[in-house]
Amino acid sequence: MKIIVSIKQVPDTTEVRINPETGTLMRDGVPSIINPFDENAIEAALQLKEEHGGEVTVITMGPPQADDALRQAIAMGADNALLLCDRAFAGSDTLATGYALAQAVRKIGDFDLIICGKQAFDGDTAQVPPGLAEQLGIPQVTYAIDIKVDGKKVRVKRLLDDRFEVVEAPMPCLITVVKQINEPRHAGLKGVMKARKAEIPWVTAEDIGADLERCGLSGSPTNVMRVFAPSHDHKAEKLEGEVPDVARQLVSRLRDAKVL
Amino acid sequence: MDFSFTEEQQEIFDAVDEICADFKTTACEVDESGEYPWDNIKVMAECDLFGVPVPEEWGGMGMGFLEWGVIGEKLSAACTTTGAVYAAHMLCMYPIMAFGNDAQKDKYLRDLASGKKIGAMGLTEPNVGSDAGSVQTRAEKRGDKYILNGTKIFITNGGDAETYVVVANSSPGRGTRGLTAFILEKGMPGFSFGKDEKKMAYNSLSNRELIFEDCEVPEENVLYKEGRGFRVAMDLLDIGRIGMAVGAVGLAQAAYDCAVQYALVREQFGKKISEFQAIQFHLADMATDIECARLLSYQAAWMKDQGLPFGKQAAMAKLYGSEAVSRVCSKAVQIHGGHGYTCEYPVERYMREAKLFEIVEGTSEIQRGVIALALLREAISK
Repeated sequence: MKIIVSIKQVPDTTEVRINPETGTLMRDGVPSIINPFDENAIEAALQLKEEHGGEVTVITMGPPQADDALRQAIAMGADNALLLCDRAFAGSDTLATGYALAQAVRKIGDFDLIICGKQAFDGDTAQVPPGLAEQLGIPQVTYAIDIKVDGKKVRVKRLLDDRFEVVEAPMPCLITVVKQINEPRHAGLKGVMKARKAEIPWVTAEDIGADLERCGLSGSPTNVMRVFAPSHDHKAEKLEGEVPDVARQLVSRLRDAKVL
Repeated sequence: MDFSFTEEQQEIFDAVDEICADFKTTACEVDESGEYPWDNIKVMAECDLFGVPVPEEWGGMGMGFLEWGVIGEKLSAACTTTGAVYAAHMLCMYPIMAFGNDAQKDKYLRDLASGKKIGAMGLTEPNVGSDAGSVQTRAEKRGDKYILNGTKIFITNGGDAETYVVVANSSPGRGTRGLTAFILEKGMPGFSFGKDEKKMAYNSLSNRELIFEDCEVPEENVLYKEGRGFRVAMDLLDIGRIGMAVGAVGLAQAAYDCAVQYALVREQFGKKISEFQAIQFHLADMATDIECARLLSYQAAWMKDQGLPFGKQAAMAKLYGSEAVSRVCSKAVQIHGGHGYTCEYPVERYMREAKLFEIVEGTSEIQRGVIALALLREAISK
């Protein structure tokens, strides 16, 4: 089976800062990683490939350094990769991103499954995978914790807030995965060497036949008014002493604050 | 002279660092469990760690002993037991790689390189330690077979490994020229395992007896040639010493890392203990010791990769590294004070683990002998 995994390179989540003046992410000097949920997507694809045969193609849209994320995916075991890299894509919101990725998938051609992480660690919108499915006109199943392929159908167990839900969808379709689905494998040394030598095509908006009006800023109806780090200036007080005393103090404080 | 790694080496080591980060978090559990670290071994096999210096045609990475050494250092720093499994595996894999014929390589080296099978090497016996030439395990030739009788002890990976390189005496009275190396498989009739040693440390590392009772070994399992087993043993020990040297460096680094972290947070007399010169000097000595040991071990591995004679350097690296790791771990405990003596911190375990390096694969005294012999030979030949 042919599986496409769409990934995103994100700044290492523990080190993100926001420029207070411009309200944009300060990425200089911050190491980039594959969005952790996307690592689960890659792992899910590799497991399906191991079970059913086939090949895994990883795609991403991003600046030249996103090539590193694709190489990392190849090191884990992906067969091919494709980087959508063009100034025309700059400033894309989730709609424009979904459009560009859909064009790239059309360019790749036949596929059975598209697997994505449920959302990206930086934007947290969870909109791109559903947008991609809509643009391609294929079914989507989100929050997968288990994927079983059976002939031309896929049976997916979804992790919802209070229950599991098992749904069946015809292929081709798009699935997003949660982190509980698997433990992403480490890249092996042979994978690292393969990734070093891999030729990763970089494609432009023109290469994938994208309408420039629908790409980048011009294709993005979303306007970001402001990005800011929520302030953490809440007052905290530490109660110290013997446990019974501390408990009594705590209860009386909570009463004062009308919490109890 | 260039001390930097290539981009390729660095990428490989970065990948190993990710694996080792996991091993570090479970190292304490691994030690306490008393169970051979199969979980780690499975990951190492999946990630191609075992066959690093094995040629690609035999399923390895086709890299050098320097890369193997650096990886061994990282494994030892993360989980010393896992590092020891890795080093002991090479004692079986290297002689097959260096002396085996193509049929032997096809049958045994492939699976060792992929980590599908773990290897072990049997030289030490109840009465044969440093005096490795006086092996008593008997190999008697009968037709196209050899019949082995005797016992090996302290064999790392023993019982858990599938493939064994065993040195036995095929011609008593001929001294070291009477020794022959054989490749054995777990499960061969007459080949069994005895007790697993309880030790000062390495609770989860197997060190078992190998027992041969009329064990039939086919002639084609002779490694290299009959009567050349001592040569095989000496060559594999040279490699083994690099393995021990880098293992010592890794463990010392782990102990140093704990010590420096502790010194930066522990407060006494109203300030961090890292602000006291007494502690600073300990840290300086530890770091310098580690760097010396590291450079010597990398140099020995590099010389091997360059095809240069490296036995003296390997012995120097093993001698220095093993004594350095004991000094460093002792200081790490000292910096931790009373806490360091408790099992709440890993440094007491590190200190126990460190002692092994001064003993295994040639004691420090034997290393000094090897180095001195090489030095005197060089002096005489001038």
